[in-house]
Amino acid sequence: MSGPEETPKAKPEETHGSQAPQGPVPPAAPGPEPAAPGSEAAAPGPESDGNLPARLGEERLAEPVVRTGMFGVQGTPDTSGYGLLRVHQLPAIESPRPYGSYFDEVADALGGALEAAGVGFSDAIERVIADRGELTFYVRRERLPEVAAKFRDDPALRFELCSGVSGVHYPEDTGRELHAVYHLLSITHNRRVRLEVSAPDADPHIPSLVAVYPTNNWHERETWDFFGIIFDGHPALTRIQMPDDWKGHPQRKDYPLGGIPVEYRGAKIPPPEERRHYS
Amino acid sequence: MTSSTPRAAAGATDADAAEGRVYTVSGEDWDEIIAAANEARDFEHGERIVINMGPQHPSTHGVLRLVLTLEGETVVEVRPSIGYLHTGIEKNMEYRTWTQGVTFCTRADYLMPLFNEAAYCLGVERLLGIEDKVPERAQIIRVLLLEINRISSHLGGIAPMGLELGATTIYTQGARLRERVLDLLELITGLRMNHAFIRPGGVAQDLPPGALEAIRAFLESGPELVRQLRTLIDANTIFVGRNKGVAYLDLAACMALGITGPVLRSTGLPWDLRKSQPYCGYESYEFDVPVNDMGDAYGRYLIRMDEIEQSMRIIGQCADRLAARGSPGPDKDPVMIRDAKVGWPAQLSLGPDGLGPSPEHIKHIMGQSMEALIHHFKLITEGFRVPAGQVYAAVESPRGELGAHVVSDGTTRPYRVHLRDPSFTHLQSVAAMCEGGMIADLIPAIASLDPVMGGVDR
Amino acid sequence: MGIEEKLPSGVLLTSVEKAAGWARARSVWPATFGLACCAIELFQTGGPKHDLARFGMERASNTPRQADLMIVAGRVSQKMAPVLRQIYDQMSDPKWVISMGVCASSGGMFNNYAVVQGVDHIVPVDVYLPGCPPRPEMLMDSILKLHDKIMNMKLGKNRDREITELENARLGLRPLHVAAPEGSQL
Repeated sequence: MSGPEETPKAKPEETHGSQAPQGPVPPAAPGPEPAAPGSEAAAPGPESDGNLPARLGEERLAEPVVRTGMFGVQGTPDTSGYGLLRVHQLPAIESPRPYGSYFDEVADALGGALEAAGVGFSDAIERVIADRGELTFYVRRERLPEVAAKFRDDPALRFELCSGVSGVHYPEDTGRELHAVYHLLSITHNRRVRLEVSAPDADPHIPSLVAVYPTNNWHERETWDFFGIIFDGHPALTRIQMPDDWKGHPQRKDYPLGGIPVEYRGAKIPPPEERRHYS
Repeated sequence: MTSSTPRAAAGATDADAAEGRVYTVSGEDWDEIIAAANEARDFEHGERIVINMGPQHPSTHGVLRLVLTLEGETVVEVRPSIGYLHTGIEKNMEYRTWTQGVTFCTRADYLMPLFNEAAYCLGVERLLGIEDKVPERAQIIRVLLLEINRISSHLGGIAPMGLELGATTIYTQGARLRERVLDLLELITGLRMNHAFIRPGGVAQDLPPGALEAIRAFLESGPELVRQLRTLIDANTIFVGRNKGVAYLDLAACMALGITGPVLRSTGLPWDLRKSQPYCGYESYEFDVPVNDMGDAYGRYLIRMDEIEQSMRIIGQCADRLAARGSPGPDKDPVMIRDAKVGWPAQLSLGPDGLGPSPEHIKHIMGQSMEALIHHFKLITEGFRVPAGQVYAAVESPRGELGAHVVSDGTTRPYRVHLRDPSFTHLQSVAAMCEGGMIADLIPAIASLDPVMGGVDR
Repeated sequence: MGIEEKLPSGVLLTSVEKAAGWARARSVWPATFGLACCAIELFQTGGPKHDLARFGMERASNTPRQADLMIVAGRVSQKMAPVLRQIYDQMSDPKWVISMGVCASSGGMFNNYAVVQGVDHIVPVDVYLPGCPPRPEMLMDSILKLHDKIMNMKLGKNRDREITELENARLGLRPLHVAAPEGSQL
């Protein structure tokens, strides 16, 4: 009998042996169907709502799974995990106004600058998060050069220095797997802001910001090298860290760490990616 | 996206992009390009040569490869090629706990290991929300170590600079002073390099007995040695002749190229993160930010030497504060955050059977407190959990703004850590600084940027 | 190589070996192959406190053609490996290699796609020096061990004989095998 936390909409394979830790993804829409009972022989049948104890807040069930089990290990004979505990955590998705400190000024100035250029705020910006003392704008990728130019030029914004691009790969975030994160610094106003752009794996194109912030030249090359994000408009998008004829993009989550087992006399320790881990 | 904007596909093979003769640079064909360039019509036959400098070269400050197009002594084009020291540090950190990540990021820029650690740990602490709970003693020790590391890093840049210019005495004298600094670091952290001492939540250990006396002794004798070094170098005709007016970068160029640190301060802009966005309690220390407006290699060298002197001031203030606090012990004046779910549990001590957790700690977890035992076990096997989110924490490293973009997904391992290294950004400016100059100016130009290839390639 | 290769084995060859070994060990010129953190410790070893000049080694030969010793100091990435081999090939005999630090000896803490797991995959190594990074004193210890090796190096026919003996001894070594239980991590 499965534990009370089991969601009725869980697909059978989620209850046994699901491996990936869930990244900070938007809450998944509740699945439209319960799993077909007869098809998966190994799984217990899905619960209908009437069998679950009464619970407040359907939203909590829809939150993404953060970790499973006591030590979170599935599939190996480990002494610990009960395997059925699910801990849900809602990551920050969007912040309500007011954001606090100088963030409102920046958002308003950006809104004004975009309006003056005839671009609606929500055409360019998907959402805004103010979390842990930092402001993040999720920018739609088509509008990225425009928005960046406004950040650089508008006198109320004046973010002159770009600290480069950082890529992140969220394989569970279907449709938006590759993120490119730009950190901007305003020396005039002593402020920081972050721009985040996303692109799907199927179409990994993001417009290049080299024309706006030339410092991104090598940073974008590095992000292409490690994640496969193609920056359109980059003057020379080639590999920079890996050898020129390397296949694959190493820092993606589906690329292995590539270690070899360490041999001792009579024993072998597996490489770090295959070792037992406790989360 | 309008259709007329060329899309840079992988390898930049867009034929209608540029004007003039288009060399398709996909990176796998340096030999063909060099051969083609040498034979092309628009190269004056025999007057332009394409030469490869590095990656094994005494003067390129590490494994940096420069492909130079030379016309006589003049550098027409310079293309830096990096990646010869790429170690996959960032990906490796995704397979270790948050505390173990410190040992990896510390080896990125190996001349300033404590700065890498500080940037990463500040990021983790901000994600945990414990920034203001880090004990004050830990913050003072952090500032102390960071400033000592700043001195050793600047010397580690100036001494090889002398060697590359052919002035071996600068190298030996710089190494001599650097040895004193490394002795100090070894006394406090146990290692000369790659310390893994600054950890999320505080510092690994308290100062050993005798540390404050050693610091005072260093502050007595250090300034004299710095003065001797400066007498040797500052007004030296040959040094000035090779460095003055060389590798000029003005403020607009620095802004466009994302340059921070001594190079930015040599253009006249006094931007220092320790003053403008202070961390670790830097706002309470008295120090000046050296700045000049020469904009050339000589100006940057002067700023670095001044920064060494300012760092000694800060070290003196740290030593005063630590002396005022005395050493009441880890219960009254801890160096690691009190939170049992985050702070590293054990204080190391040297016993008859070697280095290990102190006997008091073992007695506590084995005999006195079950919770402490559980915390100890869970923290060391699993590590602590960091709530999901992302953060960018920047410190003012000896080279510029060192930032750590830390992304967490709520588990005990980092989801992504990206170190925004200043040397990586600064190396892009080699072309802007050196094209049109002489090949001999290339060396002081790169040395004045002070790139460390470990940080560039990570 | 030289006339010593052609001498018949005997008293003359032994005396030449002693003289040649003594001379070679006294002035080993390292090729600057500092890559990463170990290079900084190498650079400190050349400084005044731990003085490499007392061994005649302060003249680091920047050109591999004149170098005797390649101290591979630091992690060797996949991109750097062909360069390493090329430099080693450019060195002229006799040449020795010290792999300084754990990254050069075995890949060190970086067991991943980017680092060559031990420089002995690429060049033959004479002395392995662990440490992360090894202290200058440890580096000097390894250099002194290398000096011992150089001084006792046999030449010509003696060397061929020595190589055959060593080879036979190695072939006779039985591997130590411990059977690990099924499903364990070993």
